Amino acid sequence: MDKAALRPVPPADVPRINLKGVEQRFGPIEAGVQALTRVDLAIAQGEFLVLLGPSGCGKTTLLRIIAGLLKPTAGTVEIAGAPLWIGDRRNDAAMNELGVVFQEANLFPWMTIEDNIALPLKLRGVGKAERREQARELCALVGITGFEKRWPRELSGGMRQRAAIARALSCKPHILLMDEPFGALDAMTRDQLNIELQRIWMESGCSIVLVTHSIREAVFLADRIALLSPRPGRLDTLREIPLERPRDIYVQSTDAFGEIELALRKRLDSFA
Amino acid sequence: MTRHTLKWFATPLLLAVLIAIWEIYVRAFSVSPFILPSPAEVGVALIDVLSDPKTYYQIWVTLFETIAGFLIAVAIGVLLGGLLGKLRWLETTISPLIVGLQVMPKVALIPLFIVWFGFGITSKVVLAAVIAFFPIMTNTILGIKSVERGHRDVMQCLNAGRWETFRDVEFPNALPYILTGMEVGIVLATIGAIVGEYLGGSEGLGYMAVATLNAFDVQRMFAVIVLLTLLGLILYFAVVMLRRRLTPWHQSVSTDARI
Repeated sequence: MDKAALRPVPPADVPRINLKGVEQRFGPIEAGVQALTRVDLAIAQGEFLVLLGPSGCGKTTLLRIIAGLLKPTAGTVEIAGAPLWIGDRRNDAAMNELGVVFQEANLFPWMTIEDNIALPLKLRGVGKAERREQARELCALVGITGFEKRWPRELSGGMRQRAAIARALSCKPHILLMDEPFGALDAMTRDQLNIELQRIWMESGCSIVLVTHSIREAVFLADRIALLSPRPGRLDTLREIPLERPRDIYVQSTDAFGEIELALRKRLDSFA
Repeated sequence: MTRHTLKWFATPLLLAVLIAIWEIYVRAFSVSPFILPSPAEVGVALIDVLSDPKTYYQIWVTLFETIAGFLIAVAIGVLLGGLLGKLRWLETTISPLIVGLQVMPKVALIPLFIVWFGFGITSKVVLAAVIAFFPIMTNTILGIKSVERGHRDVMQCLNAGRWETFRDVEFPNALPYILTGMEVGIVLATIGAIVGEYLGGSEGLGYMAVATLNAFDVQRMFAVIVLLTLLGLILYFAVVMLRRRLTPWHQSVSTDARI
């Protein structure tokens, strides 16, 4: 799946995602909630960035802004150099760079797994036979071969999320956005999927922005962690994670890992 | 005991027990056949009714009225429901009017329908359609409005247009609701056709029921009622089967379901 090689890639100095002065306010000026203030963030190509923070720090809001589901009340969002919003209208072409995975798999119950995965391709006019072929490849990539013809309700939560990831990857996006994708799963499945995600990321070469409130997950997956503090939501720190790749599950027991985890935990505690 | 056993064995058994109790009651209390005939007498009358070729014509009339009325109700109900489900402003405007029409006892409109549409089949079809229409439309509106936010998010992220969102999300999502509305609707259409015949007709099973009553042939009347019930059951289960066929993915249709 040499996806990275198949797409024209903008020059390396243009960040994949560029946020400048992004703010989000809900409600009227006097009585509303300032969910995010002055967020400046640049995410490079191929980078794995994790948004980490406690509840209410605005990380999901920030992801929804990047995903184009929410227009920020201030600031600009650029995807591969192109603005996401032009006036009040969304730049749909920029949206084509993105694949989104939500906390709920959000598969359509009335479609089989392979139809769900192939839906983005169908919306782009890809033919039936090719869609089926791609769906089968993607199922193999995420590890759910054999379940193509099943209904979503017949799959476990973990498998549904794998299917959701496959769907997000079907149009070979350069950027994958994930909002606590493993939050609804048990710890063991979560560990397993973290490893799978790292593998998929390394194979596809896309940038990933993942939201989580699990420090362990963040340190395991990230190249960089953006720590967000609440009330109002702001970018508190950006921390590099210099652990070697590929990381296996045992790296979580090493001292280096533990130190980083501890430092982050202390920082998070200071927000309370 | 599996559901299969329960249905095919226990249900007929229960029915037989109830019929036996009925028979015993009539005999033990010497109930007049003009009040409650015994099951045996109803059985005889039923055989008699079914051997009469004219009966089949009456069945056909009621069947036609019911199905025609039902199909009209489905067409208009789904169309209007789809429109109101998608256009909130329209729904808000029209909604009080619809509620008003809904709570009006349609049966009271029968004389009006007869004045407008005559004593023939048309007035019965209209009545069946009018009664069956409301649950179908209401359920359609609900189905369209119940799309999960997460599903809408997915379509938004995929740059889907309004038509694609309707075709791939809103309509399939609404289908179980619509079909459930149709299950209620078919029963109401049957009732509408029959009541229409009671109050102003000269054909059909409903008319037969009234005619047999006027002739004091109570056993025959019961037999007609049994026929009516069977008709209603068959039509209802036809719609249930349709629902199972069209929405095999839905939670309500489990993989080991029978009737």
